[in-house]
Amino acid sequence: MARVVVDVMLKPEILDPQGQAVQRALPRLGFGGISDVRQGKRFELEVEGPVDEAALARIREMAETFLANTVIEDFNVKVES
Amino acid sequence: MTARIGVVTFPGTLDDRDTQRAVRVAGGEAVPLWHRDKDLKQVDAVVLPGGFSYGDYLRAGAISRFSPVMETIIEQAKAGMPVLGICNGFQVLTEAHLLPGAMLRNTDLHFVCRDQKLRVETSGTAWTADYTAGQEISVPLKNIDGRYTADEHTLDALEAEGRVVFRYAAGAAADGYGNPNGSLRDIAGITNAAGNVVGLMPHPEHAVESLVGTGRTDGLGFFTSVLKKLVDA
Repeated sequence: MARVVVDVMLKPEILDPQGQAVQRALPRLGFGGISDVRQGKRFELEVEGPVDEAALARIREMAETFLANTVIEDFNVKVES
Repeated sequence: MTARIGVVTFPGTLDDRDTQRAVRVAGGEAVPLWHRDKDLKQVDAVVLPGGFSYGDYLRAGAISRFSPVMETIIEQAKAGMPVLGICNGFQVLTEAHLLPGAMLRNTDLHFVCRDQKLRVETSGTAWTADYTAGQEISVPLKNIDGRYTADEHTLDALEAEGRVVFRYAAGAAADGYGNPNGSLRDIAGITNAAGNVVGLMPHPEHAVESLVGTGRTDGLGFFTSVLKKLVDA
């Protein structure tokens, strides 16, 4: 079985207050030098059968219609070996 | 002769009973609709009520948007049937692309629960004919994912076409004024181009009787508006 990972991130122009809250907490915890944090989602899909171009096309369709809302989010599909 | 207004219940919906009651208080017949049932039971209009359908998993409204009942609602909404989405219902309508834009976590990350002052921007929809443009109303607001977002081009188009239906009215927060969630251009509710689909974050169904809610009946106009339209039609 192969694993396909779909990363979903808010588009760069969309305000991410959760990421900002994480960033603001870092200096207090002694983690300096981080100027910005953006928070996203990671989906790990266990794929039955071969991960060929057809399977990836279906996963991209899944990401576009369901896993991500492309009004506010971008997504990236990658195969993990 | 009155009209039949369907009220959808998804797993995790909270405000279906209040919405049914609001329909009855306005003089309509409330028809419960179940998320797994494609059949709309010959209703004349549909309300998607508030709550946390599917626990807001993935994104608010993202899973309920694909439920069987939504297949029929999307089809009927495109054919002109009046549809109102309140709070989670508004989120479902944006996820279903019946309304443009999307809803995000409130800018201050707080769940906001308060009586909210709204300015009515247009009476030209199926759900707002009983209001007048510029009128101020007060209805409860309760959300954490209420920040309305769309790209600049979409926002400009909404304003140019008169499709911003409600804005958070400017004023002191202590009096229920101001933008509670960081929504762009203070937008609280919008409509589609035809004016039959309306979505808003605040809750008119909780303000239809003087005994409860804000102590005012400012939300009743949504339900009387659509009933008048349907009975006259």
